[in-house]
Amino acid sequence: MDEHDDAPAKWQDELYDLLRRNNVTQFAYVPDAGHRILIDRSLADLQAHSVALTTEEEGVALLAGADLGGARGVLLMQSSGTGNCINMLSLIKGGRFPFLTLVSMRGDFGEGNPWQFPMGQAVEPVLAAMGVICLRIERPEEVVPTVSAALTMVFQSGNAVAVLLTQNLLGAKQF
Amino acid sequence: MSMDGDRREKMATAVAPDFILDRRDAVPALVGRHDDFLIVSGLAGTSRDVAALTEDGAHTYTMAGAMGGACMIGLGLALARPDKRVLVVTGDGELLMNVGALATIAVVNPPNLAIVCVDNGHYGETGYQKSHTSLGVDLERIAAGSGIKATRTVATEGELADGTRMLRGSNGTAFVVLRVKPTDPPAFKRNMDPSACRHRFRTALLGQG
Repeated sequence: MDEHDDAPAKWQDELYDLLRRNNVTQFAYVPDAGHRILIDRSLADLQAHSVALTTEEEGVALLAGADLGGARGVLLMQSSGTGNCINMLSLIKGGRFPFLTLVSMRGDFGEGNPWQFPMGQAVEPVLAAMGVICLRIERPEEVVPTVSAALTMVFQSGNAVAVLLTQNLLGAKQF
Repeated sequence: MSMDGDRREKMATAVAPDFILDRRDAVPALVGRHDDFLIVSGLAGTSRDVAALTEDGAHTYTMAGAMGGACMIGLGLALARPDKRVLVVTGDGELLMNVGALATIAVVNPPNLAIVCVDNGHYGETGYQKSHTSLGVDLERIAAGSGIKATRTVATEGELADGTRMLRGSNGTAFVVLRVKPTDPPAFKRNMDPSACRHRFRTALLGQG
């Protein structure tokens, strides 16, 4: 690991602590480098449930079930995974379930893999079409305030919110 | 039942001779005392099975869309409420749409979760077209291959009691295929507003909408 990789660890650790302080106990994900620290922290946390999915739409349904039981969860996914969620978001929109997802973006700023662009560029319009509010984060110092705002919008106001962790924040994957 | 529905049922029965139980009797017999569970049901047929059984009870969340989500809603609920038993009642078509959920659930393996797949081998809601389970796919073997240890197929009256026991107690998640004739589920007019049903469920369980 080079020194460029040290910076993300700090905000990711702060982000995990923020989610746990807000009683988020179910962490659902398809394994992803962009969410590595959050996933590893959830696996090591005996007070949280760390649920690896085969496809992202499973996480949408999981979080609705958590809400029915009075628990809070978050779906961690890559931008391509948002496309796998679309019809399952009918459950969130129709049922007015609170829904929080953190999306690590690909197919955007500085992307070197052309396969990532179609879904990456469609994330915001597609999520907006299903009633999910998108908040973009470009810089490390925006992470905690933006996710704090998202937590309020989701668990106090009952909205569906996607926080987009952009490639400005994460760095574009090198090929 | 309409003439059209009757004819479709007969055609479907003719192509599925091994499917002999009637869901209108078999689902209530398998589940037993329904208020021992928090219940999530899949679309169409199983939602009507559950609504008729419970008179659309507040301890049920019955779906009519978002196909493929029932088992995972059950997992989220089971993890949120380890003090309760959670029962998912879904159909072969709904389960096949996201059969990967069985792999996800097997890895987590909560002991307070049980899944019943009411398998009639057909998509009843859209006109009784054959599903994959009429064409050689075995959902119990998929569940077992996913790593779920407690699995059964119940296809006769004599097997119902064993299935019932499995739903009510195992060391991990239980999965029961209830093989039934491709005949219509009970007619029952349930609340189909997903938001009102969420509010009803949470109010009954948590005392807050």
